[in-house]
Formats: sequence, C-alpha cells, structure tokens
Amino acid sequence: MTTTTPQPLAEHGEAHGAHGGHNMTGFIIFLCSESVIFLAFFSGYALLKLSALNWLPAGVEGLEWRTPLLNTVVLVSSSGTIVLAEYFKAKEKIWLFRGFWLLTMAMGSYFLYGQAVEWGGLQFGFTSGTYGGTFYLLTGFHGLHVATGILLMAIMLIKSFLPGNYVGGEQGVQATSLFWHFVDVIWIVLFLLIYVWQG
Amino acid sequence: MPFPTTPEAMTTTPSLSQDQPKLSWTRYLGFSTDAKVIGIQYIVVAFFFFLIAGFLAMIIRGELLTPPADLVDRTVYNGLYTMHGTIMLFLFIFPVLNGLNNLLIPTMIGAPDMAFPRLNTAAFWLVPVFGSLLIASFFVPGGPAYSGWWSYPPVSIQNPLGNLISGQSLWLLAVALSGVSSIMGAINFVTTILRMRAPGMTLFRMPVFCWTALAAQSLQLIGLPALTGGAVMLLFDLTVGTSFYRPEGGGDPVLYQHFFWFYSHPAVYVIILPVFGIFSELFPVYSRKPLFGYVYVCVASFIIVGLGLIVWVHHMFPSGVTMWMRNLFMFTTMLIAVPTGVKVFAWLGTLWRGKLQLTTPMLFCLGGLINFVFSGITGIMLATVPIDIHVSNTYFVVGHFHYVIYGAAVMGIFAAIYHWFPKFTGRMPYEGLGKLHFVLTFVGANLNFLPMHPLGLMGMPRRVSSYDPEFAFWNVLASLGAFLLGVSIIPFLLNMISSWARGPKATHNPWNAIGLEWLLPSPPPVENFEEHVPTVISRPYGYGTGLPLVEHQAEIERQLILQEASA
Repeated sequence: MTTTTPQPLAEHGEAHGAHGGHNMTGFIIFLCSESVIFLAFFSGYALLKLSALNWLPAGVEGLEWRTPLLNTVVLVSSSGTIVLAEYFKAKEKIWLFRGFWLLTMAMGSYFLYGQAVEWGGLQFGFTSGTYGGTFYLLTGFHGLHVATGILLMAIMLIKSFLPGNYVGGEQGVQATSLFWHFVDVIWIVLFLLIYVWQG
Repeated sequence: MPFPTTPEAMTTTPSLSQDQPKLSWTRYLGFSTDAKVIGIQYIVVAFFFFLIAGFLAMIIRGELLTPPADLVDRTVYNGLYTMHGTIMLFLFIFPVLNGLNNLLIPTMIGAPDMAFPRLNTAAFWLVPVFGSLLIASFFVPGGPAYSGWWSYPPVSIQNPLGNLISGQSLWLLAVALSGVSSIMGAINFVTTILRMRAPGMTLFRMPVFCWTALAAQSLQLIGLPALTGGAVMLLFDLTVGTSFYRPEGGGDPVLYQHFFWFYSHPAVYVIILPVFGIFSELFPVYSRKPLFGYVYVCVASFIIVGLGLIVWVHHMFPSGVTMWMRNLFMFTTMLIAVPTGVKVFAWLGTLWRGKLQLTTPMLFCLGGLINFVFSGITGIMLATVPIDIHVSNTYFVVGHFHYVIYGAAVMGIFAAIYHWFPKFTGRMPYEGLGKLHFVLTFVGANLNFLPMHPLGLMGMPRRVSSYDPEFAFWNVLASLGAFLLGVSIIPFLLNMISSWARGPKATHNPWNAIGLEWLLPSPPPVENFEEHVPTVISRPYGYGTGLPLVEHQAEIERQLILQEASA
C-alpha cells in the first residue's frame, strides 16, 4: 500500500488532487483501522484474564521478564534510529540514511530472534487454555507486524539504489517509518499487559 | 440565466465525446481500474449473488408453507438460512453499495477516479473470490456452515466430521476476505472524499450521499477489524483447538458475541446510512425543493456513527450481561432514534408542499421511507429490555430486520439504480416496468415481513423448519409475500437488460436534477471532468432557488446540449 507508484495522471490538477499523492492519507487511515484489531485482542485478553478462575496453566509459574525487557529496549530504540535515518534522508546524506535504516532492520530482527528464543523455552503451548492462547495470539500477531515492517524496510533499501529514485518525495520511507512507530507503540502496550501485569 | 459567460468558460466544459474512442463492453469483464467500470462490476456481481440468496429464501419459505418439516432435511434447512443471511449481507448488500460508491462518489465530488485505482480493482476482485469460497462450501463433506449468519460458539466450533476444510472454516475464511476487501474499499472511499473534492466544494457543500458514504465507511474502518479479530480466534478454536471461546478451557463464548456485534450492529448503519443519502438526494429532485435542514442531515450521519458504536450489547440482552449494561445499552439504543428522527423529519419537510413527481425512483424512495419508519418503531420496541427478552430469537426480530434491510435499504438501492441508470449507461429505463417492479416489491415485502411480527409475538422461534399448526395462517401469508418478491425481480432484470441494450438515449440530465454528476455527459467520459473541474459556488439541492451550483453553469449546460444535438 505504501509503495503505490504515482498514477499517470499525477501531473495535473494538484489543487483538487488527481490520483496519487494521497498515499500517506490512505496509510494513516489504514493504521487507525489496524489499531482496532489490536484493541480487540487486548480487550479480549483483559476480559478473559479478569474472569479466569485459574489463569495460569498447571505447572506454569508465569513469564520471565528480564530478557523480554531487553528486547523491548532494543525495539523501542529502533524507533529512534529510524527517525535518524529519515533525518539523513531529508539532508540527502544517502549513505547515512542507508546505515541507520539497516541498523533499524537489524534491531527489528534481533527482537524477532529474541522472541523466537523465548517461545522455544516456554512450558506451555497455543492450546494451553486461554493463557497460552492469548499469549501466542498477541505476541504472534505483533511479531507478524514486525516481520512486515522489516520486509517493507528491505524493499525501501533496495529502491534506494535505483538511480534517481530518492530525489524529492517520500517514496514510502515516511509511511514505513510511521508503521514502525506503530509497531513499537503496540509492543509497549503488549509488554505492559503480558509481562508487567502478571498478578 | 444571469451569470457571466467569459472566454475561459469555454474551456471549463467537459471534453466532448467525439474524441472518445468507442468503449467496448468487454471492459466490464477484465481488471479495469476505472471506478465507473468497477462500480457496474460490483452491482452486476452483487445481483448475481442476490439471485442465489433469494433462491435460498424461496426454499426456506417453501418449507415454511406447511407446519411439518417436509421439503428439506433439518440440517439442510440450517445451512439454508445461514447461507441466505451470509450471502445477502456480505455478497449482495455490501458489494452493491460499494458499486454505488464507485459510481457516485467520484462523479459527485468532481474527481477523475478513486484515490487508489488499483487498490479499488483488487478490492472488487476479492468479491468473486470469497463468493466462490462460500458457494464451494455447499459441496464439501458436511455441507455449508449451519450455525446462523452470526456463527456463535459453541455451535460454530463443533466439527463432527473432523475435517480441516469444513463449511464453517470456509465461512470464516470468506468473511475474513470480505473484511479485507471492505477495508481496502473503505480506505479508498474515505481518502477520495477527504482529498479529491472539486474546488469550492467544502464539506458543507458536499452532497449528502457523500456525507453518508463517509460516515458508513468510517464505521467499516472502526468496526470490521474487531470482527476480523474475533473471527481469527474462532478459526483457531475450530481448527487448532485453542479455547478462546471454549468454557471447558477457561474461554468465554459471550466474548465472541461482543466481537461480533461490535461490528455487526454498526454494519446495519453501514447499510442504511448510504440509503439515507439516497433518500436525501432523491426527495429534493422529485419534490422540486431544496433538502430541508441540509446541515442537520449531514451532522446527524456522524451522530449516528458515534452512537452506533456504543449500542451493540442490545443484541445480547438475553446472553447473561449484567443489569447496568442492559440499562446503559437500552438508553444509548433509544438515543439513536433522535438523529434518525431528524433525518425522517428533514425528508418530510422536503416533501411538504413540494411538486411531487411519482417516477419509479420516487416511488421506491417513498415506499422505502414508509417501511423504514415502521422498522424504526419496532426497533425502539426491541431496544426495550423487557420486550427484547420476551421476543428474543422469535420471528419478531426477523420481521424487524427484514423491514430495515429489504423494506428500506434494498428499496432505496433500487431507487438509486433507477435514478442514476441513465447517467451511467446513457439509456433511459422503462417507467412501466419500473412501476410494476415497485408495486410487486412494496406489496411483496409487506406481505412477507408484516406477518412475522404477530408470529413473533405469538412465540414462534426463528430458525426452525417445523412449527406448531397455530402459526400456519401467518406463515402462509409470509410465504406468498416471499414468492411475490421472487416474481418482482423479473420486471427489474428485464428492464435493466432491455433498456441498457436498446432503451431511449438519455440526455445529460433527464430528471432535471442539480449536482456535479448531472453536468457530465451520459455516460460520463473515462476521467469524468478531467482537468476542467467546475468550481462549486453554492450548496447542493438549490431546487426552485435559481442559484447556479457551479461557475459558468449555463455555458457548461449549453455545451452539453449542443453535443447531444450533434450526436
């Protein structure tokens, strides 16, 4: 959606906007809508947890929070590195942009790796009651968004090597960055709900 | 007309059709990105599914002609009403309304096309994909989904045959794809309305149809993700054995009801709001008066959006919700009657002392309005907790929502099709067939759905294939009405096909209506006004005021008339 190329008619009629040039508007509307699906999962999680008689499955003590906290710090800081990347793009320092962009991708990948390691060491599965169900649903659906963000960034990175492609305009960089901030904010809420609120 | 014609005025006219290549009808069969082609594709596909779901309704009413279950097997009957409701909503009403949005939004606001034409194409082509999935579920082992169109657990998470591909899992997949398609459409419609209006067209100079489309599509964006989330969890419960909704694993079946109705109640407003828009467009044209209370009608749409999001629990009064929730949601539900009432009085004020022209579209609007007021009254009855608990799951509810959806919404959609048919096909529909269609529809709908109210009050439950003989009288009447509705579609289809093929040629403005779309040739060229978009200088619906809608209006109209004379 972010990468919709300009339509042939984009040349005329900027006053009343012909096609193209609305990508950010459309993308912001999409993100607002997408946030509702997380809101639905969050409220489902809270309702199931509050009404549960035995929330933790037998033999499960709760979640270890130190490694996930490190993961959180990495993911949240990557919101800063992507801002730096955008800043250098605006300054037309294309190599610095690529550097920080790649760093953001690396931090996102580290987060996914950490998540995979955590999943591998857990005592419960997707079908272990509502506790296991909601845990894997929320972290899995969020992880899917992280992976999508990394994929989008990879596309942007490849596009930056096309000659003349990064002259003027946002070329999807702004939208990708917005998506990445969205993924971060969702994670903060998720971390609070799942790891901090264990009582 | 007393406004100036300048040399520039000559350049503001739409491009003439001489330099347009003759467009082949085969463009309707391919992946077009033109909103006017996609609009007609949506409408035609929607009516294809309308015929299928209507056929299912005929079987259902045939079964209910007699008290015993004698026509179809009970399990088949469960599949029939499930698929009737699902197809009518997800494959008829939503696609047909998206078709109207595609045709009307760009032309009414003077945009050349939608904001994202290729997203538009993709959204449309998902419809036949999930439509085929749903139809395919008739042929899988165990038959189609049978848990009703709302698919409540625990019924919907039963999988007695143990197959991964069951009617229910295909149903969930189809509904999820339908959600994706609707979200893609909604992003497109909202962006187009917000960003691509003609110069001078402020929000309060925008036609009401666009206001209601904006309101309805905002509801899609807020509500649909909740249903999608709930459906994903249901799919996991059904296929991999999670227990989100399974009480034995700590889950809660009522949670699904919250997710479902958080979307599916607003979905009713997604359906009815554009129909309010159609009423607001058509009553001024055929009463020759400005729309009464234009600003209030616009604002009321968004009050309905806000309230529509906080009423869903009224569908769950018998589902073990707490007393304070019952009271709260009874109150918010009744509150919705206020903005809706504002609209009804605005239409009555428009009709009051107007020069009424009882054309086919006007008849459909008037009939739809009458049915809507009736369904609104039964809606207030149902909002009241004691009445709702008494008639819950009876035919009273079935009668109520069929009045809303067929009596009001589908009749409004027919009005819109007859009204804008000449604009987008360039041909006039036949009045005689249209009026016959109206009479059959109005009589058929009332004969079909009115008897359901006494049946419900007497205590006949919905979704049963056999019933007590004391209910037979009203059921026979309802079935006769249903068969009449089945017949009513014949003059409609005849009219559409024959008048598009060889109906009289339509001028650019056969109804003498005011609006940007009527300042385009019939049918409009591919990019509508292209770069010559007129500047809007006044509010819509200036009937009888003599005020022009756009700059150089007389010049534009003269050009169109000259062009029609030379063609």
